[in-house]
Amino acid sequence: MAEDRATMDETAASEPPYLRSAPPLARFVFRGDAMGEAKAGEAFGLGFPEAINRAASKGERGKPGGRVALRLGPDELLLIAPVSEGQAVFAAIGTACTDIPHALVDISDRHLGFVLEGPDGADVLNAGCPLDLSLPAFPVGMATRTLFHKAEIVLWRMEPRLFRIEVGRSFAPYLEASLRIAMNEAR
Amino acid sequence: MLLIHCPYCNMKRPETEFRNAGAAHIARPLDPATTSDAEWAAFLYLRDNPKGIIAERWRHAHGCGRFFNAIRNTVSDDFVTTYKAGEAPPETEAFASEVAPGSREANATGKQAETAL
Ligand SMILES: [Zn+2]
Repeated sequence: MAEDRATMDETAASEPPYLRSAPPLARFVFRGDAMGEAKAGEAFGLGFPEAINRAASKGERGKPGGRVALRLGPDELLLIAPVSEGQAVFAAIGTACTDIPHALVDISDRHLGFVLEGPDGADVLNAGCPLDLSLPAFPVGMATRTLFHKAEIVLWRMEPRLFRIEVGRSFAPYLEASLRIAMNEAR
Repeated sequence: MLLIHCPYCNMKRPETEFRNAGAAHIARPLDPATTSDAEWAAFLYLRDNPKGIIAERWRHAHGCGRFFNAIRNTVSDDFVTTYKAGEAPPETEAFASEVAPGSREANATGKQAETAL
């Protein structure tokens, strides 16, 4: 397998995938109707992605002004912002949607984030995730809830070789250990 | 592993992301106060157990989170089709030949199926 990959891509052999923890971030789940989404997006400073299982982002994650919105369900959005701006974002969306039925829940402490980068990232993930992670089937900008072995994760392809993974805090040690086993096998 | 088409994600997804949620199109009696114990018990507990085509509720639990309906063959485990919650069962040959016309009509209109209760 490793040899196949090396012939396909000369950089593959010398560049194993690596895994790191994302910095602490403010995270919210927003649910509402179309009008609520429009108002919330305006307050958030980033229009929400229209298509299901797609991401929108601007700025640098974790840095001032960085914003991420992932549409995980027909009316469910996972919003990510820097910790320092979390309270302001929460208040702004709440104010913008005062008269509109909606749900806005702070889940900052529920999730931990990981970043998996490298040419074998999709192979590593496929050790525990049965989705087709080839670029045509899972393009850059796609984000979805799915499974890695027994752990529910949110998987977002930020770049062809860069995956962002969100996982429930209590599953994080299990996810990280499982990913590291898969990374050793992919080498 | 089966691949199941989620009508909300509009793509085939691995079976392990889904949960079965029992028979579909079971209409709750419209007026519980005038529903007899026998009718209520039937609504709660009595289900067909067909060998062949069945309409079921499924949930994309580890995906978009939505409930939807599926026409499935209990013998072959083949998913004939899936469709969004609230939609009438699609006109599939397999479904038409095996589901009684009376109950199907009731299902399609979302009304209580009198014969079933
Ligand atoms: Zn789905």
